[in-house]
Amino acid sequence: MAVFILKRLGLALLVALTVSFLSFSLLFMAGDPAVAIAGENASAEDIALVNERYGFDRPMIVQYGDWLGSAVTGDLGNSWYFDIPVTELIADRLTVTMKLGLFAITLALAVAIPLGVAAAANPNSMIDRFALFLSVVGQAIPSFWFGLILIVIFSIKMRLLPASGNETWQHFVLPTIVLGYYATPAIMRLTRAGMMEVLSSDYIRTARAKGLRTRKVMFKHALRNAIIPVVSLAAVQMGFMLGGSIVVETVFALHGAGYLAWESIARNDLPTMQALILIFSTFYILFTFLADVLNAWLDPRLRVG
Amino acid sequence: MTDTTTPADLPVQAPRDKPLTPGQAMRRRALRHKGLMFGAVVMLIVVGIAIFAPLLTQYDPYQQSLLARMKPPVFLGGTSEHWLGTDGLGRDFWARLAYGARISLMIGIMAAVISGIIGSTLGILAGYFGGRVDMVVTFLINVRLAMPVVLVALAVVALFGGSLTVVVSVLGLLLWDRFAVVLRSATMQVRKQEYVAAAEVLGASLPRVLFKDVLPNVMNHLIVIFTLEMAHAIILEAALSFLGLGVQPPTPSWGLMISEGKDMLLFEPWLITIPGVALFFLVLAINMLGDGLRDVTAPEGRN
Repeated sequence: MAVFILKRLGLALLVALTVSFLSFSLLFMAGDPAVAIAGENASAEDIALVNERYGFDRPMIVQYGDWLGSAVTGDLGNSWYFDIPVTELIADRLTVTMKLGLFAITLALAVAIPLGVAAAANPNSMIDRFALFLSVVGQAIPSFWFGLILIVIFSIKMRLLPASGNETWQHFVLPTIVLGYYATPAIMRLTRAGMMEVLSSDYIRTARAKGLRTRKVMFKHALRNAIIPVVSLAAVQMGFMLGGSIVVETVFALHGAGYLAWESIARNDLPTMQALILIFSTFYILFTFLADVLNAWLDPRLRVG
Repeated sequence: MTDTTTPADLPVQAPRDKPLTPGQAMRRRALRHKGLMFGAVVMLIVVGIAIFAPLLTQYDPYQQSLLARMKPPVFLGGTSEHWLGTDGLGRDFWARLAYGARISLMIGIMAAVISGIIGSTLGILAGYFGGRVDMVVTFLINVRLAMPVVLVALAVVALFGGSLTVVVSVLGLLLWDRFAVVLRSATMQVRKQEYVAAAEVLGASLPRVLFKDVLPNVMNHLIVIFTLEMAHAIILEAALSFLGLGVQPPTPSWGLMISEGKDMLLFEPWLITIPGVALFFLVLAINMLGDGLRDVTAPEGRN
């Protein structure tokens, strides 16, 4: 187990390093940042001054090494727009996004697992069809549009919930529904498929044959085994949802990290963009790593390799 | 949605001594698959609208008319002159919707072609060679999955400008992961088949084995993933354009139409409803087409 964890950890670090290098070079390729800071009509001296302060005229690899060196110590540079440390800027925004992500994944699991179990227990029934309908619609509905429709219905017509902001818990209801629904179809499909497979296995037949009640068979014997891949998918979805939060937070003007990402892109604030790409990908890598470890712990067969 | 056709459902007049060819059997399964048929019909309609847009409307999607702003659609009390109404700049909404179908389809197809080429090349090579090649490809897939798609796409469009080419390229370069994952495992299966070993023993060249023996046998997976990624690219383009960092105005993109309509959300909700519904049905149709194709072509779905 220790070897497995170490191997996975090494791989995760390597992936994180590659992603950070790729995103750094991507932003580096996008033209001269000195001109961007000094402005379109800046004189040569102004640009030289900016270059001197930020060191943009050095080779890319040197700048990357510099950035990485300070990133490891928790210094992600200063925001060009606010001129305060990026970490400071991101920290409280990130709590909002984490809150939203946690609410959304809770909602998704609370809807997807019972529905997936019920659908698998009664294939081709009304509930199975309803679950299928919900997941087909969920995969096709653009989340930004779904958010706007919810605003029209619940904020404008019924005046039940606020349309934007993040002051109270009511502000999180609609974004949670949109983001949670986005994660639901995949989890539900996997739960249903897993349960179907487990329910047709020999040990379930044995449990039924010895006269156990259906409920006990379903929850104690079947779900326990079917849930293993769902746990790992939920972790991965959590990582994806951080990315999806950009769209949702922008629609609802929820001041989280996703909204900050959109703002800093619009403001051409490279250090903040760079830091957010790093943070989002690190979260994704962390979640998949945890999922791998959790899976290996639950299912010893996976500890090889 | 699995194909539940059993031999008992087949028409009685089917000649028993003359079994169906695989092609005939597949066509028969396809015609009986409701989801597949729904997806195919809706797709045909959207493609038809995109191709024949100039014949379906006399209006130019770019032509503004300040005298005819915000006319409601027919079903909300408008006139038949603009049956889907006009937007805030007086442009005919139906014309923008019809020409917008071209943008969505083109971005979807082009992005899926680019990502399909990248992903299936990587996947097939990894599955065929295994070992180190597989390790490298798996690592690349992990790196790609760790990059937040929306964030990277937004940043690229912001830095390089929001032209169709940039949007198509960035989506194509970002969406290849599923092609690689699925084709890698599909190729691993095919690799074990005797006909591949036979071709190798006969001295067939590597490209010949890959193109003549491997590729045709993973083609069904390729087509299914192609449809899914096409739908994915269409939704992402709409989301990027909605955020103002996709294709730029005045291009008639459905995402952009929703974005332009959102300021008038309070009074004219149909401005976002119509392009949103169009987007929803197109993506739904492509997904159902893909799911249906998987059911129809997958070996376990066969009678």
